Amino acid sequence: MRLDIEDVTIEAAGSRLVEHIDLTVGSGAFVGLVGPNGSGKSTLLRSLYRALRPAGGVVRLDGDDLHAMDARAAARALAALPQESFAEFDFTVAEVVAMGRLPHRGRTAASDREICTRSMERTGVTHLADRGFPSLSGGEKQRVLIARALAQQPRVLVLDEPTNHLDVAHQLAVLSLVRGSGLTVLAALHDLNLAAAHCDVLYVLDSGRIVASGPPQDVLEPPLLAKVFGVRAHTVRHPETDTVQLLFDLLPPTT
Amino acid sequence: MPRSTAPSRIPVLPLSLALAVLLLLSLAGGVGLGAAGVGWTETLRFLWAGLTGGTVRAQDAALYTIVWEIRLPRVLLGAVVGAGLAAVGVAVQAMVRNALADPFVLGISSGAAVGANAVILLGAFAGLGVWALSVSAFASALAAMALVYAVARSPQGLTPLRLILTGTALAYGFEAVTTVMVFGAARGEAARSAMMWLLGSLGGATWAQVPLATVTVVAGWTWLRWRAEALNALAMGDETAAALGAGPVRLRREVFVVTAAVTGTVVAVSGAIGFVGLMVPHVVRMLVGADHRRVLAVAPLAGAVLLVWADVLSRLLFAPAELPVGVITSAVGVPVFLLLMRRGVYAFGGR
Repeated sequence: MRLDIEDVTIEAAGSRLVEHIDLTVGSGAFVGLVGPNGSGKSTLLRSLYRALRPAGGVVRLDGDDLHAMDARAAARALAALPQESFAEFDFTVAEVVAMGRLPHRGRTAASDREICTRSMERTGVTHLADRGFPSLSGGEKQRVLIARALAQQPRVLVLDEPTNHLDVAHQLAVLSLVRGSGLTVLAALHDLNLAAAHCDVLYVLDSGRIVASGPPQDVLEPPLLAKVFGVRAHTVRHPETDTVQLLFDLLPPTT
Repeated sequence: MPRSTAPSRIPVLPLSLALAVLLLLSLAGGVGLGAAGVGWTETLRFLWAGLTGGTVRAQDAALYTIVWEIRLPRVLLGAVVGAGLAAVGVAVQAMVRNALADPFVLGISSGAAVGANAVILLGAFAGLGVWALSVSAFASALAAMALVYAVARSPQGLTPLRLILTGTALAYGFEAVTTVMVFGAARGEAARSAMMWLLGSLGGATWAQVPLATVTVVAGWTWLRWRAEALNALAMGDETAAALGAGPVRLRREVFVVTAAVTGTVVAVSGAIGFVGLMVPHVVRMLVGADHRRVLAVAPLAGAVLLVWADVLSRLLFAPAELPVGVITSAVGVPVFLLLMRRGVYAFGGR
């Protein structure tokens, strides 16, 4: 399923958080959204999983206006991993994953259970099924939330900083898990090297606007990184995989 | 570190059936026990006569009245109020995403108290006769609800924190009004019944209150049970709920209106009975887990049983005088609650 963001502008309390965003995720592609803190990545993603409604522009799923769709129909097409994390109630992992079936209500309980079981197998959390979700480690939680998203049986997956708070191994594991799902993915990522290694296309967001887009090696050029992130970047080749790796320093003071 | 809670959960169906049987026994017990000693066989005979429209001997008329006109509506109302408080407690906790919230955190009961005490202390709405207290309490509960809603509203809808803060702040305001009325009232007996009402009591129960309270509680509970899965999503966070297609802004608004209506009704007939709406949801979660489908199936039955027995105690302990039932629920509830918490099975909000 193809995701098209067309000329989307989002406002809150009178100020424009993101403006005139055009972004396309082709069917089955993994697209990364990078940008400094406060550049509007999360805001843009919120409008995709309908926590926010754009003030202007359209979001389309295979051509259909996402915000004109029924909420549950939209949630059957597009699943999300928001950044929020509340642990006030002691749901078990199995219960959290079962929430993914909410937009499908009306189907039989047996098929729901089977879908949840398979989702947990795919993300390797079956052994955690009876554990309390709040007691899990960050990496386990993220895998459980991906299982919940998979239980939604969506065709598009939206991820807001899925590797936040994860150690190196878990970062790689989560991203290859997502990559291997075959879904159309749009992910906001902080780590530019991770983004470069996993994404087909990157979009760079700065102060609410897209300032660059394209294949990672074309986008992550030192001049752009200096302008957007305020860092001096060096590119080096990975000795084994030959992929481009970035090294960063703070820019020297200009005055 | 939060301990892993490999929960040994009780299956819901047997638990609900057991509680339903226990509730029936409790209703019978509640009718049979009281300051005026009516034997068990007689109690059952009167109940049978009342249900089947049978006849009672003339010399039994006084006892029959105690059983059928005083105790039975009181016990039934106790069960309905207990069920309502427990169900609303579960929903309010999910709505404001705070396991320490209770039905009264939204300020609705304090608002109802203003109306009730205007009747008790100032003799307002005298034209409504016996209905004055309930009608006035319910009307001011609705007014309080509208006020809380209006103040708590923001461009993002009703956010949990704004709801709690607004409810708490306005509750202080309502309580101040009530206090002024109590101090201003010259009549000591009126102040006493105002006190009774503030702590919650089923002493004023009549048959006339039972149908309306029952319908409201059952309707509210049915709706909440129907939305239980969406409440699960809401409890995980607004963004999660949005991503799952549960529409958190609208859902919270609906839960607010439903819980406020049930709270208003319950408070109008029984005053502000504390602790049931806080403790029952917790205890039930410890038994069956956090899934609202299960919690909402069990909590109303548990609340009903608890309040029926609390009311029996409130009538018997200092008979013929009565304690406010809220004193009993707190006195019983606090130690039970602390005990369960210390057992450490239940990860309190995962911390």
